[in-house]
Amino acid sequence: MKEKSGQKRFRRMNLEDIIFNSINGIIMIFVIVVMIYPFWNTIAVSFNDAQDTLRGGIKLWPRVFSTYSYKSVFKNNLMVTAAVNSVLRTVLATVLGVLVGSMIAYVLSRKELIGRKFITTYFLITMYISAGLIPTYFLIKDLHMLNSFAVYVVPGLVSVYNIIVIKSFMQSLPESLTEAAMVDGADHFRCYWQIVLPCCKPVLATIALWCAVGAWNQWFDTFLYCSSADNLTTLQYEMMKLLSSAMQSGRDLSSIYGNGQQVANTITPTSIRAAVTIVASVPILVVYPFMQKYFVKGVTLGATKE
Amino acid sequence: MSKFKKTLKKMMTHKMLYIMIVPCMIYTFIFSYYPLSGWIMAFQNYKPAKGYSGSKFVGLDQFMFLFEDLEFWRSVRNTLAMSLMNLVFGFIFAIVFALLLNEIKSLGFKRLTQTVSYLPHFLSWIIVCSLISNMLSTNDGAVNNLLMALGIIDKPVLWLGEQKYFWWITTFANIWKETGWNSIIYIAAIAGIDQSMYEAAELDGANRFQKMWHITLPGIRPTIVVLLIMNLGWVLNASFEVPYILGTGLLQDVSQTIDIFVLKYGMSIGNYSLATAAGIFKSVISLALVFTTNAIANKLGENSLM
Repeated sequence: MKEKSGQKRFRRMNLEDIIFNSINGIIMIFVIVVMIYPFWNTIAVSFNDAQDTLRGGIKLWPRVFSTYSYKSVFKNNLMVTAAVNSVLRTVLATVLGVLVGSMIAYVLSRKELIGRKFITTYFLITMYISAGLIPTYFLIKDLHMLNSFAVYVVPGLVSVYNIIVIKSFMQSLPESLTEAAMVDGADHFRCYWQIVLPCCKPVLATIALWCAVGAWNQWFDTFLYCSSADNLTTLQYEMMKLLSSAMQSGRDLSSIYGNGQQVANTITPTSIRAAVTIVASVPILVVYPFMQKYFVKGVTLGATKE
Repeated sequence: MSKFKKTLKKMMTHKMLYIMIVPCMIYTFIFSYYPLSGWIMAFQNYKPAKGYSGSKFVGLDQFMFLFEDLEFWRSVRNTLAMSLMNLVFGFIFAIVFALLLNEIKSLGFKRLTQTVSYLPHFLSWIIVCSLISNMLSTNDGAVNNLLMALGIIDKPVLWLGEQKYFWWITTFANIWKETGWNSIIYIAAIAGIDQSMYEAAELDGANRFQKMWHITLPGIRPTIVVLLIMNLGWVLNASFEVPYILGTGLLQDVSQTIDIFVLKYGMSIGNYSLATAAGIFKSVISLALVFTTNAIANKLGENSLM
C-alpha cells in the first residue's frame, strides 16, 4: 500500500518534471540566443560587403562575403597604434597587477605582521572612499602623467578587491607550508616567491584574467588623460569615437531618411564599427571559456571573505 | 619599554614583510589618500593658477549653489533611479537565473548555458553600447524586426530617441551584461546547500517550488545580503557608461547622472569647485549607503562585511 502511493507520487512528479524541464529548457535556449545574437550578428555584418549591408537583412550569415572592413581597419595607422597600445597596456597591467596584488595579499595573510589589522583596514578603506574625478585628474596632472603611457599602468596597480580574493586563497593554504622554510632561514620574500606563489596558480589565473579584461576594456583613461595624444590611443577609445560619432550624427535618423551619402564608398561606418567590435573583443572571448573553472572559484572567494 | 623592545625585535626578525608592504602603502597613500586633499576645492572658488592656498575660501557656497541647481537634482534623480533599477532587477535576474540553471539536469547543456551567459561580461561597455544601439536601431534592428513580426508594433520605434524608454534601456543593458556573471556566486552558494535537506523535504512531499522557496532561497540568503552590501557601495558608480554613451542629445534630461554632471562641469566647463562638490556629495551618499546596509545586516544577524 505504502509502496503504491509512493509510486503514484513518483509518476505525478514525473509529468510535472517534464513540463517544468521543457519550459526551463526553452527559457535557457532563449537566454543563449539573447546573449549571443547581438555579437553573432556583428560578426556577420563585419564579414559582409559594406554596401550590401546597407540594404539590411543581415542576420546570422554574411550575404556577400568580404574581408574588406578588416583590411581597412588594419591598414589604418591609428587602429594599428591603438591595437599595439591595447596589447601593451594589458600585458603590463596584468603582470604588475598580479605581482603587486599577490605580494600585498601575502603580507596581509601573515600573522607575524604587527599592525596587521590597521594595515588591512588602511587598504580596505580605499575601496569605499575615493577622491573622485577632479582631484584624481589633478593628481595625474601633478605627477606629469597626462599624455603618457604610464597613466595606463600606474594608477590602477593596486586593486583591493583582488587582494582580498588572493588573501582568502592564501589563508586556506596549510600553515606548515611556509613553516619549514622559515625555520631554514628563508626570508619572507623567498617564502612568498618560491613557496606561496606557486601554490596560488589557480587564484592568480583568475586575477590575471580580471586585470587583463579590465585593462583591455578600459577607455575612460584614454579619453580623460590621453585624448590629445594620437600615439597613445587604444582600441576601446577608437571604438568609442566611432560609436559616439554614429550616435551624434543620428545614424538612425539618417538611415530612415535615406542613406545617400555613403553609397559611393566601399567602407561604411556600420561595417567599420562591426569590424572594430570584433577585433576589440575577440582576444578576451577566446580566452575566457578556458578560464571558467578558475574565475568561478575566484568570484566565490571574493564574496565569502571580508 | 621592554614591550616596545620586544615588538621592535619581532619587527626586525620579520623586516622583509615591512620592506614588501611599505612601498605599497606609500603608493596607496599617493593614489588614494592624498587626492582627498583635493576636496578643499569644494570649499573654495578654486582657480588652478592660484592653487589651493591662493584661491578664495567660500565655505559651503558651492554646496548651496549645487543644492539650488535644478540640473544637479535632475542628475541625482537619474542616478538614483537608474542605480536602483539596476540593483533590483540585477539581483532578481541573477537569482532567478541561478535557480533555473540549477534545475537543468543535462550537465553539458548547463555548462554551455553558463559559459554563454558570461560572454557579455567580458565585453567592454563601449562594445555593449554599440551592440545595443544596433539591436535597437530603427533601420533593421533586431528588436524592431521581432516586434513587427509578432505584430506588437506596426512601425519601427525610435527606442533611443524617447526619454520614457531610456532608464529601461540602461537597466536592460546591465541585465544583459551581468546576469550570467552575477549568478556565479549564487550557483556556488546553491551547490553548497546540504543535499540531505532536499531529501528530507521530498519525503515530506514538498514540490519543486516549495523546495526552492523553503530551502534554496534561505540557503543563499547570507550570500544575497553580503552581495547587497557590496553592491550598494558601488551602486552609484555603476551608472556612468551607458548613460554617457547612449544618452545623447534629447535624452540628457533623463540620462545625465552625477558622474556625467561632474565630468561636464569639471572637464568641459572648468568649474572644478562645483564639480568636486558634486563628487563629494556622491561619495558621502555611497558611504552612507554602505554603513546603513551594514548596520541593518548586523541587526538581522547576518555576517557583515566590516
